[in-house]
Amino acid sequence: MPASALTERRPFGDRLFQILALAAGLLVLAILILIAITTSQQSASWFSSQGLSGIFSATWNPSANKFGPMGFVYGTAISSLIAIIIAVPLSLGIALLLTEVVPRRWSRPIVYLVDLLAVVPSVVWGLWGILVLAPWLQKIYTSIGSGVKGVPVIGSLFGPPVSGASFFTAGLILAFMITPIITSLSREVIATVPAIDREGAYALGATRWEMIRGAVWPHSQSGIVGSILLGLGRAMGETIAAALVIGSSVQVTSHLFAPGDSMPAVIANEFGEASGTFRAGLIGLGVLLFLLTIIINVVARGVVARSTRRSRGA
Amino acid sequence: MAATTQRPVVDLREPASWRKTKNQIMTGLMVLAMLIIIVPLVFVLYTVISKGAGIISGQFLTAAIPPNVLPANLGGMGPAVVGTLEITALASVIAIPLGVLGAIYLNEYGKKNVLARIIGFMADVMTGVPSIVMGLFIFSIFTLHFGFSGLGGALALACLMLPLIIRSSQEMLSLVPDALREGSYALGASRARVTVTVVLPTAIGGIVSGCLLAVARAAGETAPLLFTILTVTSTNTNVFSGANTALPAQIFTNATSPYNGAQARAWGAALTLIVIAFILLVGARIITARFTRVGR
Repeated sequence: MPASALTERRPFGDRLFQILALAAGLLVLAILILIAITTSQQSASWFSSQGLSGIFSATWNPSANKFGPMGFVYGTAISSLIAIIIAVPLSLGIALLLTEVVPRRWSRPIVYLVDLLAVVPSVVWGLWGILVLAPWLQKIYTSIGSGVKGVPVIGSLFGPPVSGASFFTAGLILAFMITPIITSLSREVIATVPAIDREGAYALGATRWEMIRGAVWPHSQSGIVGSILLGLGRAMGETIAAALVIGSSVQVTSHLFAPGDSMPAVIANEFGEASGTFRAGLIGLGVLLFLLTIIINVVARGVVARSTRRSRGA
Repeated sequence: MAATTQRPVVDLREPASWRKTKNQIMTGLMVLAMLIIIVPLVFVLYTVISKGAGIISGQFLTAAIPPNVLPANLGGMGPAVVGTLEITALASVIAIPLGVLGAIYLNEYGKKNVLARIIGFMADVMTGVPSIVMGLFIFSIFTLHFGFSGLGGALALACLMLPLIIRSSQEMLSLVPDALREGSYALGASRARVTVTVVLPTAIGGIVSGCLLAVARAAGETAPLLFTILTVTSTNTNVFSGANTALPAQIFTNATSPYNGAQARAWGAALTLIVIAFILLVGARIITARFTRVGR
């Protein structure tokens, strides 16, 4: 029977339901497009008042009407880079432990435990970060700072001035927050490695680590890169925890223990008092953040989807 | 396969003892990674419980928010508890039906077409949009025109929940065996009828637990609320108009306060928030467990 014969007799309710479902699906695309349009509109006066050189400057001085975003872009880049450097080895270690080492009945409680990290709300991480972790880290930073003072390169990275609320503190907290997502995504990727590859490696006499390097890694590396990118996107957009622990002082410096500021953090901290071009500038930072995270997520999801599809096809 | 050609060569000529030691070192490092990540988790939970448990009481959960200078034993977080409950509930009422409907489109109607694949992909991408961008979006499109209100906060949270619910529900719908659908079609049921009376009931456990996880996520979010509800200290039971407040927003304000009383109330609010999230999480796990048992 041709399909048209069926559709002609479809009752009105059935068609209405399909239209409703389609509309709900299209809402996703509509929201993404509306975000781009409305936030760009609200920040238009920022783009027009600062000019091209203002957009690429790092001078952020509301009283002088200078709103250059690069100091915050730098802070976002540094803090998320620190987060990635800490979180990636931890996440991959846990993911490999869960998939290759522990028996299944042990892996479930570990998964729950790691997922609990993601249940702790961002603002609670921030509260703990600023009231408990930062004062404690300040002592460690001070002793490290005085130890490496004057040493080239290391001195300019870890030397004084130090502050409990700093790029590094923010990066550390972001690392705890993105570890669950990188772990669970790379676990999914590693799980697609065919059993025959693993067994082949073992049959050749490989140890477990050699099997991981020879069979698991080549098969899942692109997917793992994708999950790291997704973690990076999350770290860049993470707002409240960073707003509380990064120190809220915009500067471009190589000192990781010095206070800084990031794009989402400055929006959260200053939006309440802002108006006019100031507010347009903060919304403009949001537009930049939106574009950056969209690009990273599209690339990362593409990479992850392709690698899982390829392994399923194989 | 391209990856096969770059496969790193494992040198089997290394002495066997070193190969075994290396294997043990690497396994040890994996265990170490797990232990390292447990440290901050235990530390943060211990701090929140030890500092928050002492202050939480019936009075704390209902009393008005006092000025920051007042000591911890006076006042509470009543308005924020009310605000969190009403804003999160409204966000769920908005996001859950839309999300489940969207998932039905992706899985039941558009299974193989390009549009459904694009929507699914963009829903994944949307989960990566920072929550503060959702706040700015609702500020620009809603708050600027209609003023601060709980509804604005709920809309921002709903934007956050929508892609999570679409993705988790779609996954659950895709687990429903096609034989069930075909059996119903054979009896002459329309597609909408099959979806509502056969597919949805079969997948409902998984869908509900996915929704609970999304609600838990939204209840803890601060950034989307900052510019949409304004964070006042008085109770506002009308979620549709007037400035409102919520637990996460209140914690954020109190965290930077120098007063011990305000900080103590922030810890109490943090514990309340974690307990709410934990209840939702455990609820989701129980429903998932029961669902899978009945399903098999």
